[in-house]
Amino acid sequence: MAEANLIILVICLLLYVILGGADFGGGILELLSRGKASKIVSRAIAPVWEANHVWLILVVVILFVGFPSVYSTILTALHIPVLLVLIGIIMRGSAFTFRQYDIEEEPTKAIYSAIFRFSSVFTTFFLGVTVGGLILGEISMNYQLGFYAVYIHPWLNWFSVSMGLFVVLLFAFLAGIFTVSEIEDKDYIIYFTRMTKRLLIALVVMGSIVFATAKLAGHSLLKDFINSSISVTCIVLATLALPAFWYFLNKNKGNWLRLTAGFQTILLVTGWFAIQFPVLVKTNSGHDITIQAAKAPHQTQFYLLIALVVGVLIIFPAMGYLYKTFKFSEEPES
Amino acid sequence: MDEFMAARMQMAVSLGFHIVFACIGMVMPWFMFVAEWKWLRTKNPVYLDLAKAWAKGVAIFFAVGAVSGTVLSFELGMLWPTFMEHAGPIFGMPFSWEGTAFFVEAIALGLFLYGWKRLNKWVHLYTGMVVGISGVLSGIFVVSANAWMNAPSGFDWVNGQAINIDPVKAMFNKAWFSQAHHMTIAAFSATGFAVAGVHAVLYMKNKLEIHAKAITIALAFASVAAILQPLSGDLAAKNVAELQPAKLAAFESHFETQEKAPLIIGGIPDVENREVKYAIKLPGFLSFLAHGDFNAEVKGLEEFPEEEWPPIPITHYSFQLMVGIGMFLMLIAALFFAGTYKWKHWFEQKWWLRMLAIATPLGFIAVEAGWIVTEVGRQPWIIYGIMKTKDSLTPMPGIQYTFYTITAVYAILTFVVIWLLSRQIKLLQSKYLQNG
Repeated sequence: MAEANLIILVICLLLYVILGGADFGGGILELLSRGKASKIVSRAIAPVWEANHVWLILVVVILFVGFPSVYSTILTALHIPVLLVLIGIIMRGSAFTFRQYDIEEEPTKAIYSAIFRFSSVFTTFFLGVTVGGLILGEISMNYQLGFYAVYIHPWLNWFSVSMGLFVVLLFAFLAGIFTVSEIEDKDYIIYFTRMTKRLLIALVVMGSIVFATAKLAGHSLLKDFINSSISVTCIVLATLALPAFWYFLNKNKGNWLRLTAGFQTILLVTGWFAIQFPVLVKTNSGHDITIQAAKAPHQTQFYLLIALVVGVLIIFPAMGYLYKTFKFSEEPES
Repeated sequence: MDEFMAARMQMAVSLGFHIVFACIGMVMPWFMFVAEWKWLRTKNPVYLDLAKAWAKGVAIFFAVGAVSGTVLSFELGMLWPTFMEHAGPIFGMPFSWEGTAFFVEAIALGLFLYGWKRLNKWVHLYTGMVVGISGVLSGIFVVSANAWMNAPSGFDWVNGQAINIDPVKAMFNKAWFSQAHHMTIAAFSATGFAVAGVHAVLYMKNKLEIHAKAITIALAFASVAAILQPLSGDLAAKNVAELQPAKLAAFESHFETQEKAPLIIGGIPDVENREVKYAIKLPGFLSFLAHGDFNAEVKGLEEFPEEEWPPIPITHYSFQLMVGIGMFLMLIAALFFAGTYKWKHWFEQKWWLRMLAIATPLGFIAVEAGWIVTEVGRQPWIIYGIMKTKDSLTPMPGIQYTFYTITAVYAILTFVVIWLLSRQIKLLQSKYLQNG
């Protein structure tokens, strides 16, 4: 039962990375593009952005109901980067809405845009740093060790920082895909195609830096990846999908493009989970929190699963309808 | 300020901020729904303009409500990890249902806000209704989770561990119903009076049809809620008397256990001397309020060890404020019904519009006061009778800085939202004045 809930958690996380990621990336992409191009991005994400973010709430809820010690350990040890993410989420969501709904007037719009773009990068970066902190396994549950060792060291290191940058590039890349497949104007398709390609190259480079910093930090990330057959399969498949992806990007095949990019992201996250499994939080004291140790009692897992299954049955068709309705973007009505 | 106080203040600021947005987010879609429905029925374009104008307000409030709600789901663990570690598996079920309800709300709102041209108009109207229904449901779920903290059930507490967990029993705890209806009604009342008040102010400046219509729709909801609220409050008080007698005693600064206990109105509690100065006392009424019998015995604070007393003055003042405002809003509601049926000319009168203008913030002040009553009144317990708040505090030092940061962010946000709405209103106003 706990495993089923964990799978749903991973699916929610994946959807958050893909959909919410495209949305966060929208802000980063806006920062990278000029003039009318940035408007196109915001128009593409406006109707779906609120819904995209509920995935994160589901992840949090599944954690504290189903795996409470994971939730409390993460939020204690990674309090600071999580707080920064939260501040970013507040600034970003508000600025986006304010820009959408304030009356048309400069310079306020420009201020909202600046806040939205800056906080998109900021939030994404610290999301990556937090994830980096989780992967690296320097989390300490010995709260007597002092402020630096317990609350700073697990996330302020080269590995986490490069994870932060990696996620920034990943989200920008996903937003690029989303935008390319959403727009109709030829010139802008070329513009965003070029940008997406550059982001992909940067992403691959950053990926190798992530592995290098992991090695520097004494973490056997690469070795773990190679030793796990699932992770290796994921990496191989993701690499094999790259040429196909490049082809679809050149031919501007919107749906195929989204599929391959989504597929690669799924592989990436699955590969990570495969090496982590069955540990949910790695600590530096050797007392890792496993699924077995963290899972809530049977009754809780059972009712959580029911709620999630019913929720999924309601949410997915509704979400599908939302996307179908707004498949081709249009100027929102004022 | 010490760590513990900072954490509690941060919680108070975050919840106090979120509640306002959550209330508006769950109630205003109903106003917008009614306006659109009226437009479809009457073809009067004023209703369409009203629905669209309100929809913008809903979008702004919903978005800020959503982000502040997301923050809360993390803050619970960042500030009270021990509590969440034990309580999560027990009281988490309503949160998982709330997730679904909130999701549906976000999807329906996306369709509503951006679908004016794309959806069939009846489908569009329907999406507005779905926003309203799922909003109210998610509110009820969250309140049910909070109610569990007041009336913990669905588990056995043995040696500091919860065993025999029954999430269904925890969700439908003894306090959930009384808290849920009280809060839902409060949300309708507060939002309704706030919206009516804003339009009343505008109506005083320019007698536009749109404002008159807006006032009627908002007040219709608010008035029904305001009339029902005392009944709901009475049920809630009886529930508290049964489940948390110390909290009830703190509301009323009722120190000694006695029969024919008096209802204390106003006054300044003097905790040291265990008395309330300058208060009006209605003999027997507290007994009646708590137990439905003028002669019943009401437990006083003396029955509890002093270290388990909630902070008395703040609970007392908040309770008095909440009830006082409730009474005033009920009066407006009564006048509204009287005017609707008999004295229509009232509604053009200055005194009436001024009264509505005064009422604009009152409902929300009452909501905040009500939450102070519930939350501060539960102290020192985070899970009533089971776990103390101070025992669940995060070990991380420096929470003061988190508190200052979050407070500053919310203060700025509050300011911007108010400014933004006033700009929207000005725009709407000038558009109407140009068109005549």
